[in-house]
Amino acid sequence: MAIRERLSGNEAIAVAMKQINPDVVAAFPITPSTEIPQYFSQFVSNGAVQTEFVPVESEHSAMSACIGAQAAGGRTMTATSANGLALMWEMLYIASSSRLPVTLACVNRALSGPLNIHNDHSDSMGARDSGWIQLYSENNQEAYDNFIQAVRIGEHKDVVLPVMVCQDGFITSHAVENLDLLEDEKVKAFVGEYNPEHYLLNTKEQIAVGPLDLPNYFFEHRRQQAQAMMNAKQVILDVAKEFEKVTGRKYDLFEEYKLSDAEIAIVIINSTAGTAKTVVDELREKGIKAGLLKIRVFRPFPQEEMVAALKHVKALAVMDKAEAFSGVGGPLFADVKAALYGVADGIKVINYIYGLGGRDVKADNIELVYNELQNIVKTGQIGETYRYVGVRE
Amino acid sequence: MAYNLKEVMEKPERLSGGHRMCAGCGAPPAVRGILRALKPEDHAVIGSATGCLEVSTFIYPYTAWKDSFIHTAFENAGATVSGAEAAYVAMKRKGKIDDTYKFIAFGGDGGTYDIGLQSLSGAMERGHDMVYVCYDNEAYMNTGIQRSSSTPKYSDTTTSPQGSVLPGKQQYKKDLTAVMAAHNIPYVAQTTLTSNFKDLYEKSEKAIYKKGPAFLNVLAPCPRGWRYETPDLMNICKLAMDTCIWPIFEVEEGVWKLNYKPKKKLHVSEYLEPQGRFKHLFKKGNEHLIEEIQKDVDKKWEDLLRKCGETI
Repeated sequence: MAIRERLSGNEAIAVAMKQINPDVVAAFPITPSTEIPQYFSQFVSNGAVQTEFVPVESEHSAMSACIGAQAAGGRTMTATSANGLALMWEMLYIASSSRLPVTLACVNRALSGPLNIHNDHSDSMGARDSGWIQLYSENNQEAYDNFIQAVRIGEHKDVVLPVMVCQDGFITSHAVENLDLLEDEKVKAFVGEYNPEHYLLNTKEQIAVGPLDLPNYFFEHRRQQAQAMMNAKQVILDVAKEFEKVTGRKYDLFEEYKLSDAEIAIVIINSTAGTAKTVVDELREKGIKAGLLKIRVFRPFPQEEMVAALKHVKALAVMDKAEAFSGVGGPLFADVKAALYGVADGIKVINYIYGLGGRDVKADNIELVYNELQNIVKTGQIGETYRYVGVRE
Repeated sequence: MAYNLKEVMEKPERLSGGHRMCAGCGAPPAVRGILRALKPEDHAVIGSATGCLEVSTFIYPYTAWKDSFIHTAFENAGATVSGAEAAYVAMKRKGKIDDTYKFIAFGGDGGTYDIGLQSLSGAMERGHDMVYVCYDNEAYMNTGIQRSSSTPKYSDTTTSPQGSVLPGKQQYKKDLTAVMAAHNIPYVAQTTLTSNFKDLYEKSEKAIYKKGPAFLNVLAPCPRGWRYETPDLMNICKLAMDTCIWPIFEVEEGVWKLNYKPKKKLHVSEYLEPQGRFKHLFKKGNEHLIEEIQKDVDKKWEDLLRKCGETI
């Protein structure tokens, strides 16, 4: 029987960590993810876990310690946000290229400057090329479920990559919601024991991690890493199927909401999908064929599947909660547009930057986007493709 | 058991030959000397900051390290090895591992005095059972002899070049050993290569087998950066000790102890003269610079004698 609980998104992650009972958690406080190591250190103090908690002096050291611990043969986790993730930057690449399946809870927050503690996706979007698998979560239940699945995905022998599980700072990290938790034994059985193929503390085989890798090998190693990311897609689907068997909750690469017959649609990430679904329902009541695609897996990017899901749409708005300062649109827009190019050129695709630095995103804002899409369908005129919504200009 | 060089030298090498460190470099004999203090039956995880030692001993697909080894980046050998140690503690607690492992991190002075200082300080403060060894060659040698906070005053380096106006580096060397002693960890020591390697061996043994964090600062001359003749390595180390430029001492459980007092304290010029990095100090008219160095060494030596309860 599932356990009905009321938890904040941060607490849900901390509870998942407790149930997984990893070998090492190394973390540094930063709003809004601070509560995760807080809750977790209480579990350590109460003897609820056998984990070694390493209260490091920076996020750079957090990721460095995670790398050392995971390389040693321990299952390792951390949590961070914004500038903390940015301080880890160098080490994110080293974790993934060293093929160490660390699990990171990223509580999305605007990356400075100016300093702002509230939600947008500039932190994890900036880390999208770091070789980490990225899973996104609309609500506390998804954050919890994704975090448990992340361990299995990252450690799978065809993958062996670190995984970042993202949720929206404050909006879900601090909001208390009802959710279903798995029993401890079920989580334990689902994630299983961590048995790496090679590790530092293997008495039968000494290994060396982190070489100087010169031009005669580096390229091959990058190619292998790229293959691992490609392999991850099938593993994510397989793990989701197994998870469904245990929980009844279904996960895919993305969620389609009233999309199959939609004429206008948006692509969106994390909590705003909840707001947008309400708007879709309202539009549907008026007979407007609106739909939504919510990204769950951003890295690897589910290109073919996304094209198949969107190809019938007439006009599409890609919603970016991050600026990329490319001068032509946000990071999600660039990827979605590239996916559609040459295979679904009939779709009129625009981009909206929204909600930066925690600006409230209301149903009105999303409705405006769908109205614009209706206009584009009606007039056939796409107009400016790089747009902002909810900003004063 | 009394130290016996011959017996110690018969222990199996844990850093094998064939690595690409320069002839006359102080780092490999320092590393080998330290690893000899490990009990043969004990395993070790060795970490290294990015630097000469790392890029010359682990070039894919070859490694010179007989023990498990990890390198991740420049500024985080302390944090990386502390993570490995944490995993060991947890895995032991869970009954996943029986054998004894020791954890040793190496960093050059760039990776220790400068960019890695925070990571080192954090690892020591948290109390991990590990040893951090700085092989101090007093500049960023791997990138081509740039000044660090460990570079001595008036050294000629590629970012503190001696010129017509400035006679090399303008600042004194940071006293990192004292900084680490101020962490109040169980063991901190400063040493270099001595003719019988006894001091290095005994300090390494204490550092490795004393429970909790330990820090060793080992002066490890660099023939490229210091510009001495490669066979002079051991002599340069001896002069560093005999001029009291690099005193040999330890701080055990907070107690400072001097381990070597030269019978005759030599003038600093004896140490400076064979090194190309100080060549400009011997030009006519620069005598006062050498005297300034002498005064500074004298003052610091007296301070140390006081700390160690020695007569001045």
